[in-house]
Amino acid sequence: MSKKLLALTGNDAAAYAMKQINPDVVAAYPITPQTSLMEKFAQFVADGELDTEIVLVESEHSAMSACVGASSAGARVMTATSSQGLALMWEIVYIASSYRLPIVMPLVNRALSGPINIHCDHSDAMGIRDSGWIQLWAENAQEVYDNLLQAIRIAENSDILLPVVVNYDGFIISHAIENMYLYDDAEVKKFVGEYKPKYTLLDPKKPTTFGGFDLPDYYFEHRRQMADAMTRSAKVIADVAKEFSKICGREYKFIEGYKLEDAEVAIVALGSTVGTARAVVDELREKGVKAGLLKIRMFRPFPENEIEDALKHLKAIAVLDRADSLNAVGGPLFDEIRAALYNKSTIPVVNYVYGLGGRDMGLVEINKVYSDLAETAKTGKAKDLVTYLGVRE
Amino acid sequence: MAKTEKVKLPGWKEVVIGGINPDAGSAAKYNSGTWRTFKPVWSEERCIQCNLCWINCPDSSIMIKDGKVCGMDLVHCKGCGICAAVCPVKPKKAIEMVKEEK
Repeated sequence: MSKKLLALTGNDAAAYAMKQINPDVVAAYPITPQTSLMEKFAQFVADGELDTEIVLVESEHSAMSACVGASSAGARVMTATSSQGLALMWEIVYIASSYRLPIVMPLVNRALSGPINIHCDHSDAMGIRDSGWIQLWAENAQEVYDNLLQAIRIAENSDILLPVVVNYDGFIISHAIENMYLYDDAEVKKFVGEYKPKYTLLDPKKPTTFGGFDLPDYYFEHRRQMADAMTRSAKVIADVAKEFSKICGREYKFIEGYKLEDAEVAIVALGSTVGTARAVVDELREKGVKAGLLKIRMFRPFPENEIEDALKHLKAIAVLDRADSLNAVGGPLFDEIRAALYNKSTIPVVNYVYGLGGRDMGLVEINKVYSDLAETAKTGKAKDLVTYLGVRE
Repeated sequence: MAKTEKVKLPGWKEVVIGGINPDAGSAAKYNSGTWRTFKPVWSEERCIQCNLCWINCPDSSIMIKDGKVCGMDLVHCKGCGICAAVCPVKPKKAIEMVKEEK
């Protein structure tokens, strides 16, 4: 294991991972806050550091379409997007997973319009949560890099063959500089390996048809297969993490608890907010408050049993959502965490919708969540099921 | 119309992933002529072998042997009627659309 410590932005980290992966084809369209990722990657290609074919398209719909074409032809394919770009890709996003094409895509999370906003929230990722893409989430630039390298192996596993999206917070992670480790090119190359497609359009000895008409007599069976692959992918994700630990020195889990074992109250969150919440947990612990934290790294497939195991001893739980389902019930992560605990516990679970459109989520806001939780733990009843945290009244 | 044979379709564990069809040229085996309400009836006597029907058929359903029309492939014909419309033979066309009898 050899590492070098560097200060990089999250987008640079993603571009570096893509450089080391050296995909055959990358088709992308620039969109804030993803743009600097592709600029950096294009620079690597222009400098002759790798031999990826970059396809410059006129929209994200075309970017994902080109990816689907190249992947069907048997190439190792990557792209990247954000927000409106993903929204424009939407129909092809579903096609990529349904054709079982192992495309890997960093998704630099940003709010969806409208009103137009370029800053971080998770509504773009939540828009494709039912699309059959595996979803990994990063807390910082290091995890962006590490998750991307693992994503290739997960997607291309011949038993899985589902595309993977690696989420990270726009600007907060994508544009902020952090100290992080980069691994040796040769080690990464060995880990990532060579992609040998199961089916390819470019095999004259074995001609195949992609994208045939799937009427009621077959469509359901194909969707059932996707559901099965998603279920089975959890084991592959764990195996890949174990193998990757030899390079990075730590093993990535589906979920990650922080001071959770002996906690009485805890927050569940995705992305960079987990890092901020860690600092609050440390402060509270010094004051004797038994606060804990649960980070969800793998959102698809949803690790229901692991989440239930990690949370079952608590007295009160707050789920933080950086996206609102606008369903008059709460955010998407809240729905799923609550469903995971249903029938298994009577712990009060509350929801905080926060940070929409890049609204700051600081120590003060997270402290408020924990103090509300302390009250809920005492009474056993939540005052409000859903709170919009940090919004002006 | 020919009765469709009852075949046992493969279950989800058996079908090829992604709706991929690894069986090249298998469309020829698939009966896609079941949608039809009108079928083309070809008259060898009236046919002048201009091949206009063959070049215009969107389903390659005009059968050709040695450069000459020899019949209609009713397994793949959807009954669109283009062949009859383009047939230049007068006064009675060499291809007529006739209602399909069940």
